[in-house]
Amino acid sequence: MLLEDILVIDFSQFLSGPSGALRLADMGARVIKIEKPGTGDICRELYVSDVMVEGESTIFHAINRNKESYSADLKDPNDLDKVKLLIREADVLIHNFRPGVMERLGLDYETVKLINPTIIYSEINGYGEEGPWRNLPGQDLLLQSVSGLTWLSNNNDTIPTPMGVAVVDILAGAHLVQGILACLYQRYISGQGALVQVSMLESILDFQFEVLTCFYNDGNELPVRSSVNNGHAYIAAPYGIFKTRDSYLALAMGDIVQLGDLLKCHALRLYSDKTDWFTKRDEIKKILAEHLLQSTTENWLNILEPADIWCSKVLDYDSLVKEEGYKVLEMELKVKTGNGLEITTTRCPITVDGQRLLSEKGAPSLGEHNRQINQEFDLEPVYSKN
Amino acid sequence: MRLADLGARVIKIERPGKGDACRQLAIKNLWLDESSLLFHTINRNKESFAADLKSKDDVEIVKRLIAKADVVTHNFRPGIMEKVGLDYASVKKLNEKIIYAEISGYGKKGPWKNKPGQDLLLQSLSGLTFTSGDKDHDPVPFGIAIADIICGTHLAQAVLAALIRRHRKGIGAFIELSLLESLLDFQFELLTTYFSSNQLPERSKHNNGHTLLSAPYGIYKTANGFISIAMVQLDKLSTALGCTELALFPQQDAFKRRDEIKKVINHHLESQPAPYWVNKLQQSGVWATEVFNWSQLKKEDAYAALEMEQIVGRGQNQFITTRCPIRINRKKLLASRAAPSLGADNEKITIELNTTA
Repeated sequence: MLLEDILVIDFSQFLSGPSGALRLADMGARVIKIEKPGTGDICRELYVSDVMVEGESTIFHAINRNKESYSADLKDPNDLDKVKLLIREADVLIHNFRPGVMERLGLDYETVKLINPTIIYSEINGYGEEGPWRNLPGQDLLLQSVSGLTWLSNNNDTIPTPMGVAVVDILAGAHLVQGILACLYQRYISGQGALVQVSMLESILDFQFEVLTCFYNDGNELPVRSSVNNGHAYIAAPYGIFKTRDSYLALAMGDIVQLGDLLKCHALRLYSDKTDWFTKRDEIKKILAEHLLQSTTENWLNILEPADIWCSKVLDYDSLVKEEGYKVLEMELKVKTGNGLEITTTRCPITVDGQRLLSEKGAPSLGEHNRQINQEFDLEPVYSKN
Repeated sequence: MRLADLGARVIKIERPGKGDACRQLAIKNLWLDESSLLFHTINRNKESFAADLKSKDDVEIVKRLIAKADVVTHNFRPGIMEKVGLDYASVKKLNEKIIYAEISGYGKKGPWKNKPGQDLLLQSLSGLTFTSGDKDHDPVPFGIAIADIICGTHLAQAVLAALIRRHRKGIGAFIELSLLESLLDFQFELLTTYFSSNQLPERSKHNNGHTLLSAPYGIYKTANGFISIAMVQLDKLSTALGCTELALFPQQDAFKRRDEIKKVINHHLESQPAPYWVNKLQQSGVWATEVFNWSQLKKEDAYAALEMEQIVGRGQNQFITTRCPIRINRKKLLASRAAPSLGADNEKITIELNTTA
């Protein structure tokens, strides 16, 4: 495994930090979640769509597979001492508390560095350490909303539309992993630890770097979503998803005149000026949308695919999982919790040396590994002394 | 680019004449020198070496470069690197400890392996387009190239982890990724829930924010402007908004009856502008915010405080872009060097090869 023998102590909750820790675990690191006794990671109880596994949310199980759980009350000096002993052994520390919390606990970077000078100390916050928003809740939808992101998806006549996956959390977690790994690599060369910081706001701005750069340099013109089948605010017709007689068809970049020929849609052939494909994209897409209703997705694909037009059917999960192209990926992973419960989730998307990274270990129950970790790291004596 | 942001030296190998196809791909017809602003945005802080991989001589030079490299990355369709003799097995003979990383569209097996790995198509096939927008909308793609970006992110993660292993164990690595696997991983919460319930995620009828989350999660129109409200108990929300009708819904119905509840909220918010509501909500500790566009965001002190913008390039070709979102030892990682013109570094690199050989 790539990250064999790397020990990660993870204080983070919800999705941003934990999704980063999951990727480290996927690649072979040992991840110990430090959780509050009684309730643990708030995500355990996050009640989603009424689907629960063992009284806990399915998403908790998805995010926390292949980790260990150590419950400790950070406000209790005994527990805090034990956690500090663990930190002394760790390669990486992760947290996503709001600014000030780790300082109050005496677990901020400056203090931790005294215990473990070569640690990679990493943190995710919402809006950076400086500035008037620093104490606002770092929650995915809110970050999508303040960052301008919601003006990029869906049609122009709809209200701002958030992306339906927690994209800010996931990207911030991914950036944190990049920072952690780069610093670990550096540590092996220079012997020095490091502080890695990522804010959700910076991550979601970075995510928009292509279109934001356009905005910065074109006189701050705001993006205008296409009124018809919007795919990307900055891309010309036909880019978008269209309804057909029986389903949908996705069309990426393509030559409008060629499309007109292939689809026998004569009106499209009139748009021979390429600049019109952007400036008149709504008009063009409207013609296309009406035309594509006349036949089935399969029929259109049979015409377009042999001509190397970038097109595709549009699948929901029910149809996706029946596709051979999905099955060959063997993306599904069965994990088993300590209580013997089996859950199907997705595996790590990275393949190393021809091997998929598969671990069958399910998410831990709260404090499941306390005894084992106490023994292994010799933490009990601290406890019994008091 | 992320590896370059973090301090690596990145040399782009480009086809003579045209180079990276992205050089000719412009959005809003914005150009700097002979390449698009888009190309400049993605390729800051890199070098360019023009080489024709169909020419034996050029391939020989590239092989000499690879012999000195730590990492090779490519995203050709399956089979191309084998044809030019630069597949992992061949490269490993030149440089045993190389980290060789490749991205395909759909993996190297199965009926989709030769399909074009284009972002919108990947979104469409992966189920993602049924997660955003409202129930009666057609499938709604993400308005950013999510498959490309998330897969690039995974690539950087794997390359860095492999570099760590190489340092500790002295072995190279072969990393394979596909846009499809990355996009499925991105949906891991939704997919895991789907596997365990066998029920398709459903977008709410109004104000959809996330298919798995109860009311009020979503964005709402007010008398002036939009606000978003994240997870909150209905009774707390009812008090914060002064909306008694909301209190009639029991909390355990917050998912099941989310369409009804959201309708009530919509109606209630019509009477006052966005700042009024956000103020009330934040005072009660409810997770809510105004919805901004980029112009509004740019005016906020909180945005200025981040110093997220950096100037790249010089003189006529100077432009503003975002910086790397990662800070190390409280330092922001800036990279003011512009993207290279095609083949800009051929001479320098050739000299380096000849002097260090």
